[in-house]
Amino acid sequence: MSDKSHDPNQMTGAAMIVRALIDHGVTDIFGYPGGAVLPIYDEIFQQSQVQHILVRHEQGAGHAAEGYARSTGKPGVALVTSGPGATNMVTPLTDALMDSIPLVCISGQVPTHLIGNDAFQECDTVGITRPCTKHNWLVRDVNDLAKVLHEAFYVATSGRPGPVLVDVPKDVQFATGTYHPPRKSDVHRSYAPRLKGDATQIRKAVSLLANAKRPVIYSGGGVINSGPEATRLLRELVEVTGFPITSTLMGLGAYPASGKNWLGMLGMHGTYEANMTMHDCDVMLCVGARFDDRITGRVDAFSPGSKKIHIDIDPSSINKNIRVDVPIIGDCGNVLGDILQVFKAEAKKPDIKSWWQQIAQWRARNSLYYKKSNEVILPQHAIQALFEQTRGKDTYITTEVGQHQMWAAQFYGFEEPHRWMTSGGLGTMGYGLPAAVGVQVAHPDSLVIDIAGDASVQMTMQEMSTAVQYELPIKIFILNNQYMGMVRQWQQLLHGNRLSHSYSEALPDFVKLAEAYGAVGLQVHKPADLDGAIKEMISVKRPVLFDCRVAALENCFPMIPSGKAHNEMLLPEQANDEATAKAFAGGKALV
Amino acid sequence: MNQPASAYFIEDRHDPNETHTLAVLVQNEPGVLARVIGLFSGRGYNIESLTVSETEAQKHLSRITIVTTGTPMVIAQIKNQLDRMIPVYQVVDMTQTKRSIERELAMVKVRGQGEHRVEALRLADAFRARVIDATTESFVFEITGNTDKINQFIDLMRPLGLVEVSRTGVAAIARGPEGM
Repeated sequence: MSDKSHDPNQMTGAAMIVRALIDHGVTDIFGYPGGAVLPIYDEIFQQSQVQHILVRHEQGAGHAAEGYARSTGKPGVALVTSGPGATNMVTPLTDALMDSIPLVCISGQVPTHLIGNDAFQECDTVGITRPCTKHNWLVRDVNDLAKVLHEAFYVATSGRPGPVLVDVPKDVQFATGTYHPPRKSDVHRSYAPRLKGDATQIRKAVSLLANAKRPVIYSGGGVINSGPEATRLLRELVEVTGFPITSTLMGLGAYPASGKNWLGMLGMHGTYEANMTMHDCDVMLCVGARFDDRITGRVDAFSPGSKKIHIDIDPSSINKNIRVDVPIIGDCGNVLGDILQVFKAEAKKPDIKSWWQQIAQWRARNSLYYKKSNEVILPQHAIQALFEQTRGKDTYITTEVGQHQMWAAQFYGFEEPHRWMTSGGLGTMGYGLPAAVGVQVAHPDSLVIDIAGDASVQMTMQEMSTAVQYELPIKIFILNNQYMGMVRQWQQLLHGNRLSHSYSEALPDFVKLAEAYGAVGLQVHKPADLDGAIKEMISVKRPVLFDCRVAALENCFPMIPSGKAHNEMLLPEQANDEATAKAFAGGKALV
Repeated sequence: MNQPASAYFIEDRHDPNETHTLAVLVQNEPGVLARVIGLFSGRGYNIESLTVSETEAQKHLSRITIVTTGTPMVIAQIKNQLDRMIPVYQVVDMTQTKRSIERELAMVKVRGQGEHRVEALRLADAFRARVIDATTESFVFEITGNTDKINQFIDLMRPLGLVEVSRTGVAAIARGPEGM
């Protein structure tokens, strides 16, 4: 018998995968078995440190892992088989790439000697996922596996976080090799994200901030990704400077919605005060956001009079859409810490009283106004009611994509980071339900609600079965207007109200559907019954499909029509047919 | 211009395009070239020329030289996008340093007889192109130089019986004692 047989680091590739998960502190993974991952599933069966959640479709595994990651700050892990298992992961991988979510996907592959042979359930997984991962690997030798797995976790979670994929052929899973625990040399020497901001740039930034007359802080998901310290520092900076703050969809919760300096979300469906403040400011501090096209509106008219400071860990975010004056490459928390230190030592709180008076006038326009009804539930009212009923509770919110998502962002107040999981960059309908599964796995005792639309939720409805199997009491709060609401809104505004294929003729009976899954179904039609029904939903300790019948033709306002600037918002009270037609009518601006 | 109704803002960009030569030092591993090329195609950047070869075998380093065109903002994006790829060590804009030498090698096949053949040979001599293959009715010339010089030579060969051209694309290196 050789010495190697006693070496605890000698093991099969499949065993290495499970061992590496344990070494990286992974306690839960989401996956779906298949031919090319059976050796890994066999290892999972024989241990109890890593819990495996069986989803109903690989896309569900990916979004569940994303929800898990966003709500914990830890990487999410998905395990899928070759071929269709891998191709079904493309959507969540792209979603995680767009929103900078740390995701580690392990995929099985056909045995190495069959690669390129069009074997059963073979696809070029690394080729297909190359543009939708931060990095990916095909492991051809079992002795490279430990190094690659450790590097994968490092790449996913460091710098600008993102998804990675490790493709492991079945013969490599069977082969025996040497495992080693994580070590520094596992990582490419060429990969070294910069964390600390340049001191000269930081001084320039502080000088701009200290002399600002009309400042604004515009924060994004990068602050939340950076960790709790960045959130703390952001709040301190707002306190120390007294500046107004707005945030992107991804950044909600970094600054509390109840905070006195909060302007609400900015962008296409942001508040009037947030967008006007952005447009008229003289100094803009962008922290961990990327000047996305839903944020900027018309680029050449974006905040024309301001000096712009941009903090981002990814150099490619700088000057991509908007030219900035003071770029600072580094980790948000790190840079905010340095800015605060210099500011506190050398500057005093600028007097911006008249700026706040101006902002108060914009606020007074009440841009989130909607007309309540006693007959029919307005979707905005439904979100507000949900918010009131869950206020102070330990709540996590996920969403699908569309009008309901924007209303949730507008009307649900987030006090803390990691409480809001939504598909921002990619805009993936079907994200919210599986994401809620992932969040509930990470936080078994918390209240997890997916604010959904009737169209989106059907894209990944099958994961209700997962929720029932693992007794995950997720609440699917469907704003049911029987339309793809956002598509219908755009068709109304831009395409002559020709509602091409945006109406769902044959919606399922969501109550019966819930019951079919072994979950609880609730339905509410009348505004008067709403609060009671929400209370009942919360009190049920099982998964719930909540069919909230809302006004069918309500539009999401305020809105920056595409091709318009921040100061050309369409407000709800102006949005009669004539004004709407005018705002969207022909001409060069209409794009 | 009347633009169609759209969820996206379609903007006319007026910045003039520039041509830049980028030297990219990468880890020589499977798929690295596909990553670089995929970045260019995926984000709609131009590739005018691309050369790649391992330059330090022991360290598994390869050097990719890319000639690309775009507005200054796009060129800056390209550099940043390349630089953030995991196996990329370094990206140097050889055009921006203004102290780089660029060379390309071409093999040019010319077929002809009589006066055309003599003229081809005479021009080749003027361009310091070498004859690396000859038959009674053809030459293959090897020529090295910057892109303009090679283009010029090829244009001159065209009326003299140009058959085909094989070019390496641009390789670039900085002047002076310093490395990348």
